[in-house]
Amino acid sequence: MGADFSLRNRFERGLAAPICLTWELTYACNLACTHCLSSSGRRDPMELSTKEAKDLIDEIAAMQIFYINIGGGEPMIRRDFFELIEHAVRQKVGVKFSTNGTRIDEEAAERLAAIDYLDIQISIDGADAATSDRIRGAGSYDQARRAMDNLKAANFGQFKISVVMTRESIEQLDEFEALAASYGAELRLTRLRPSGRGVDVWESLHPTREQNRRLYQWLLDRPNVLTGDSFFHLSALGDPLEGLNLCGAGRVVCLIDPVGEVYACPFVIHDEFKAGNVRDAGFADVWTTSNLFQSLREPGNPGACGSCGSYDACRGGCMAAKFFTGLELTDPDPECVFGHGEAALEKKRLTIRPTPSPDHSKRVPVAITSR
Amino acid sequence: MVQSAVRVFDSSAPWKLSGQVSLRDEAFGALAYHHGTRRLVFLKSRELVALVRNLEEFESADEAIDAVVVPAQHQRYVEALSSLFSSEILSGR
Repeated sequence: MGADFSLRNRFERGLAAPICLTWELTYACNLACTHCLSSSGRRDPMELSTKEAKDLIDEIAAMQIFYINIGGGEPMIRRDFFELIEHAVRQKVGVKFSTNGTRIDEEAAERLAAIDYLDIQISIDGADAATSDRIRGAGSYDQARRAMDNLKAANFGQFKISVVMTRESIEQLDEFEALAASYGAELRLTRLRPSGRGVDVWESLHPTREQNRRLYQWLLDRPNVLTGDSFFHLSALGDPLEGLNLCGAGRVVCLIDPVGEVYACPFVIHDEFKAGNVRDAGFADVWTTSNLFQSLREPGNPGACGSCGSYDACRGGCMAAKFFTGLELTDPDPECVFGHGEAALEKKRLTIRPTPSPDHSKRVPVAITSR
Repeated sequence: MVQSAVRVFDSSAPWKLSGQVSLRDEAFGALAYHHGTRRLVFLKSRELVALVRNLEEFESADEAIDAVVVPAQHQRYVEALSSLFSSEILSGR
């Protein structure tokens, strides 16, 4: 699908229900990836109960949200994981879930393969263990590969291999393509955002301008590589990339977190972008009446980007990337392909950047010293 | 290798919305989601949505179109249906 500006304008004014709803099932995680968008680690004791989760799925079905993206944390850690996804697909709500793969043993792979209408994304952050484990932790790459082997052996069909583009992984694009091909899998590449714990690594790991340019060309040549519309800020380089090429936050996209808080998108888990909680009057109520979402659906202020000839192509880029690098939402994207973002960042060097709220990272054990 | 027959949309034939497709009304028209191909398609006008919903009531797509739009727009709607046909949103009956 190329860029359709009239449709995009309609989308910017919001839809009756989201197209892309992400639901982080739990903040619990057995890994501690350095770039985790949701600062996951510890389970939140206020997590939605099985009954609340099922009620939410019923509401999603009633709103005709055709599929949900499930993540975490590690969603498979929830003991009712299978119960919930089976409840969803039974009502024709498709499930795409992201996992680190550690829980996909032979038995789980068989069970997943038996469920219709299910997509699985297994995350790695390098095409070899050394590169991937630097971000995801020792042994995580081998475990992810074992999960892929198990899904293949169980005849799951086509799954997805999901990679965040860092300064390191972006040098392995061809290797990722080959790896996906070897499993008959689809490749999905997404943007590194300074969200969650990502705020601590973004500066050293986000791709250089030259790397982004190469990525753009690589993606243009491969429209079958999935990106979840991640790289629309790169469309300013020329022809638009596949996808809607817009920031869908609160318009076509939103996030429900494990305790039912609704945020404008998966990359802005911060009080400033919180629209409400599904526990109050349900999800539909938040989607249609939240003041935050209403304001996001109004025509945006192009700010500093208004005078740039490429504003129509990139729409000023990603709100989350600006916010967590300390920029104003009217500033250029920090990775603006023309370097305007770098200049804006330079000016804000001394400002304090917002920190993600809430943080579920595992607490670093504090050494007890004798007095 | 035998070349597979090119499937062409025949507007003189009877059609219906595929049983695998769900429609969700939106201000601009509707979203159509195919549960088999898992693809989302946008129906960009309310007239098109009405046409697709009512296809089954008519003996041919041509008749269905004439019931919704003026003759000058007929060909445009044949093209729109043809594009929905290639996305497997429509099926024959």
